[in-house]
Amino acid sequence: MSQAFNNTQPIYLQILQRLCRQVVRGEIEAGEKLPSVREMALHIGVNPNTVQRVYGELERLEIVETRRGLGSFITENDIRLNQLREDLKSEQIGSFIKDMKETGFSREEILEGVRRELLNTKGERGVKP
Amino acid sequence: MTDSIVRFTGVTKKYLSQAALNNVSFDLPQGKITALVGPNGSGKSTILKLIAGLAHPSQGSVTVNGKTAHRRIAGEVAYLSEMDALYPFFTVGETISFNAGLFADFDVQKAGEILSFMQLEPDKKVRHLSKGNRGRLKILLVLSRRAPLILMDEPLAGLDPLVRDSIIKSMISYLDLQQQTVFMSTHEVSEVEPVLDMVISLHEGKIMGYEEVENIREKHGLSLVDWMKESIQNKEARI
Repeated sequence: MSQAFNNTQPIYLQILQRLCRQVVRGEIEAGEKLPSVREMALHIGVNPNTVQRVYGELERLEIVETRRGLGSFITENDIRLNQLREDLKSEQIGSFIKDMKETGFSREEILEGVRRELLNTKGERGVKP
Repeated sequence: MTDSIVRFTGVTKKYLSQAALNNVSFDLPQGKITALVGPNGSGKSTILKLIAGLAHPSQGSVTVNGKTAHRRIAGEVAYLSEMDALYPFFTVGETISFNAGLFADFDVQKAGEILSFMQLEPDKKVRHLSKGNRGRLKILLVLSRRAPLILMDEPLAGLDPLVRDSIIKSMISYLDLQQQTVFMSTHEVSEVEPVLDMVISLHEGKIMGYEEVENIREKHGLSLVDWMKESIQNKEARI
């Protein structure tokens, strides 16, 4: 029933990240209403308190607005959504670079490797995630 | 920090000379789902029975909502026993009516919703139910109550994955964590992990660990099963 969660990260954080990615990919659109806490909890098979925490966190991050009596909505603030997109990008790239450096690759090797990989896959169906 | 609904203060419980619990103290927070885990014979059922007022501490005190636990606490505590406590000659519908008469906080409408969610047939006799459906019916009976504290002793034990799944889903759907607190003992740790807030690990009548499940992942980078093993091993290393 539940989607798989990895064991090393809090579940609320994993749900938070999934939702952010869905927003950035456009699967959830600006202004869209999120399922209620209970619906979401049931859908992903977690404790409603966990979902409550996710929604609270998203609200704190100003990605979600809670309208009293109506529910939670993705913000329509384009600046914030673009910021989220940029944040996710630099986060991913940052962790990639950190991994590569720890494995012993130099800046030049990383740049060259990424460039070649992207050129190679050009024309194919997208780049590996 | 939320208020606590249950408080154990220096509780020791002996059955004859055998100590089932040894100087146990903890607070159970309100509005959370907390699991009690540990090997067989570690004292899980004893803790639940003490809260339900079905047993008395040999030493120390157990309070529920600030009041000492006693038998008449049944109005505030919904207790799902690990034993089969259903009358075989009742139908499912009669069992629900019987419980509705027994407990003032029993919500018949909610029972009806859970009945259809669980796909139980109201006209079927309890003695003709499969073990899985008896498990579902027992869950229905506790979830239909608006009791502030719900105790479940091994609600998932011996049931197949489909039944366990429907029980966990019904908990998410029908519990009201604004008003209710759940304390359950279980061996099916990895299955319930996503629905838990807190976990208490018990070993030989002592509390080995008490943590927020999310903290276990964050701080220790462990799944619940691994944390459980570690908390027990630590104790053995100390001896």
